[in-house]
Amino acid sequence: MTTLRKMVAVELKLFLREPLTVVFALALPLITLFVLGGVFGNIPDPEFYAGAGAMDFYTPAYIGLVLASIGVVSLPAHLAGNRERGVLRRFRASWVPAAVVVGAEAVVSLLIALVSGVVLVACAMLLYDVNPPQSALLLVPAFALSALAFSAIGVMLGSLIPTARAAQAAGMLFWFVMLFLGGAGPPPEVLTGVLQALRHAIPLTYVVGLLQGPWLGSGWSWVDAGIVAGIGVVAGLVTIRFFKWE
Amino acid sequence: MTAVVTVEHLRKAYGPVMAVDDISFAVEEGEIFGVLGPNGAGKTTTVECLQGLRHADSGTLRVLGLDPQTQGRELRGRVGSQLQESALPDRIRVWEALDLFASLTPGAADWRLLLEQWGLAGKRKASFASLSGGQRQRLFVALALVNEPQVVFLDEMTTGLDPAARRVAWELVEAIRARGTTVVLVTHFMDEAERLCDRLAIVDRGRVVAAGTPQGLIDLHAPQVLVRFSSAAADLDFLYRVPGVEAVTRRGERVEVAGTGPVLALVAATLVERGLIPTDLRAERATLEEVFLRLTSRSPGEEVV
Repeated sequence: MTTLRKMVAVELKLFLREPLTVVFALALPLITLFVLGGVFGNIPDPEFYAGAGAMDFYTPAYIGLVLASIGVVSLPAHLAGNRERGVLRRFRASWVPAAVVVGAEAVVSLLIALVSGVVLVACAMLLYDVNPPQSALLLVPAFALSALAFSAIGVMLGSLIPTARAAQAAGMLFWFVMLFLGGAGPPPEVLTGVLQALRHAIPLTYVVGLLQGPWLGSGWSWVDAGIVAGIGVVAGLVTIRFFKWE
Repeated sequence: MTAVVTVEHLRKAYGPVMAVDDISFAVEEGEIFGVLGPNGAGKTTTVECLQGLRHADSGTLRVLGLDPQTQGRELRGRVGSQLQESALPDRIRVWEALDLFASLTPGAADWRLLLEQWGLAGKRKASFASLSGGQRQRLFVALALVNEPQVVFLDEMTTGLDPAARRVAWELVEAIRARGTTVVLVTHFMDEAERLCDRLAIVDRGRVVAAGTPQGLIDLHAPQVLVRFSSAAADLDFLYRVPGVEAVTRRGERVEVAGTGPVLALVAATLVERGLIPTDLRAERATLEEVFLRLTSRSPGEEVV
């Protein structure tokens, strides 16, 4: 327990000292918010966003985007880099349990996501008059489940991808696909054909669905929750099977 | 003396590749024991098995009376290690690394003392990336000692260091032993093994080809001594009658006498007897390197005593 606590403290500091991850996790979603908020505003349009205001629609989607950036960009690059450079080897030599290494990453992701999410929501509400979530109570488990799922995806990718460079390249690709198709980019209504099919193939779509439900008042989606939980469990199992120290 | 580490008939293969074929040795308490061998000889695999990081295919391993295969967790608190090709995150600070590793062992040493002892107090807040090779080495040693271990495993700790930093690292190893900790030193540098190790095992192709003290190995496997001096004397054939002398060669005034045993003393005495008193008389003994090359260039099936 002491070790996990220290590891979380150290990892948190390391995270904040790493410009790439800070930009992706904290700054980019905010920039996206400012740009798209400036373009679309928050006046509801019955043709798009299922009749919600654009920023009401996007704010929970951006929370999902924060989780995605941690899960596919920061975490895998960090974990793969630590393996590549022999950091994991050093930890292993001192018998740091794998659960502590992976668990600390997950806890740190949750904390960063929480901070980033709160800042994002505060900015959205102050700048674009975004309505507060219809059900804050349901938003908590939706956020927790989504964060855990993306943490699991992050450690899975970090376990499967051998080098930090490969992890960064793959992470960027996943992230941009998710940004444009996962519900944080163009309104889902305008996506057609292949794009619509792809939309259903990426985890962020379900995370955004899960977060938007309580926010916009359509309630808890058991389908999205099931899919997100399923993705998390599968990613966790893959990690347990394929995690490598070196 | 009691053995703190014993390896009996260790065997470990990675798929079709036999990394360790049959390795046995024992490390006594308080000594610096070297595992010396060329790259790929099975040294690292051996120490990784000893630390419970790999599972041996067969053989009996004991470290401080514990079986690394099944009692790894217990072993952890009592051994320290520096693995080759390992690193810390670039941006971790020296004190953070020590604090983190200290938290792994209940009742660990006060890492602040280690900072002082290993000359890192001034670098307390420096990031790992900013440390020089020698400073990193000192940090790794401090990390290996943070749980007050009885045995430390040091794997290729001087690889990649410049000559000055290597010497500093050697002093660190001696300082570890001076505090009563047994050291298992894995290296492919002969000079390092010769200088530091009380005893060593030479490993080649997964087998121990020789074991003993550095001097004992030299005496046994490369006993030749080369005595050199300068002399203008016309006839030096009398040197052939000196016991142990095998060959006398001369090039101008420079004379080389090859032989075994105490030839330096005997040659010197004989020269003085004849009124020849060279000022540059000296002997060259074989180093561990010659022993090593002799032993490791044999064909794999050949037995070496």
